[in-house]
Amino acid sequence: MEDVALLQALRKGDETAFAQLIDHYQASLQRLAMTFVSSHAVAEEVVQDTWIGVLEGIDRFEERSSLKTWIFRILTNQAKTRGMRERRNAPLSPLGYSTEEEPETPAVDPSRFHTAGYWVDHWKSLPRYWDDETPERLFLSKEGLAQIEKAISALPQTQRQVITLRDMEGLTAVEVCNILSIAETNQRVLLHRARSHVRRALEQYLDEGDAQS
Amino acid sequence: MTHDYFKNRMIDYLAGQLTCKAVTEAITDYLEGNLGLMDRIRFQMHLGLCRGCRRYLRQVRLTLCTVGTLPKDPIPPAVRDELLQRFRTWKARSQT
Repeated sequence: MEDVALLQALRKGDETAFAQLIDHYQASLQRLAMTFVSSHAVAEEVVQDTWIGVLEGIDRFEERSSLKTWIFRILTNQAKTRGMRERRNAPLSPLGYSTEEEPETPAVDPSRFHTAGYWVDHWKSLPRYWDDETPERLFLSKEGLAQIEKAISALPQTQRQVITLRDMEGLTAVEVCNILSIAETNQRVLLHRARSHVRRALEQYLDEGDAQS
Repeated sequence: MTHDYFKNRMIDYLAGQLTCKAVTEAITDYLEGNLGLMDRIRFQMHLGLCRGCRRYLRQVRLTLCTVGTLPKDPIPPAVRDELLQRFRTWKARSQT
């Protein structure tokens, strides 16, 4: 069903419309919630609260954004409230919001480039050629899959949120800024760092694997 | 001959203006379509001449493809049932 039809059905109290929404978004919401809170169980509660929020707010939804963006925004708000409560209850919680911004890291290890001479800052050791089957090959093994998950979960929180929304959910930059309440330039920087980190992790894993075989 | 000479100088100039390191840092802006016309031309000139950066761009694209196709966790049936139950409660309440 299209967003509009789905909304109409939902407002009329059509349970299959709600079931369809769940099947469509539950996994994505759970994944996004995990970037805000520390445990799977708490994330599950946040998602549940999100669905309640969706039902309670459905009549007020003005369709100025897509249904997906709207639902994701509700989750973000729920998760932020929840996260703050968690932090308040945590022992030795630091003052205020920890922005956990990392110091600026280059996209590529500087040792990969020439450090002097005519070719300064050009490749010293070329990146390896990845063929088209690289993603599938990574997915084939449990370890490959685990490595990707690990690379993403190792990212600082906001980077992880941006890459999750942009590259997993396929949302646009504008939608992501809207959902996370961040500025466009910030989104760009976070996306760049997140993607660079993950590429680096995958490269490392793939190179190690090749060295062993 | 002079034509080739100038053409080659031009290519050297445009490609040399961008280092590989700068390419790796500008790559997201390039993919996002955020580079201005001249920067995009320089970027593409560099790519045309640099195998390392072509490979790098390919790695980034495949990384995105990998991240984008990560399988999602299935919904536990109990969670789904619970949500539908909540829906019924909401419906009953909103219709009274």
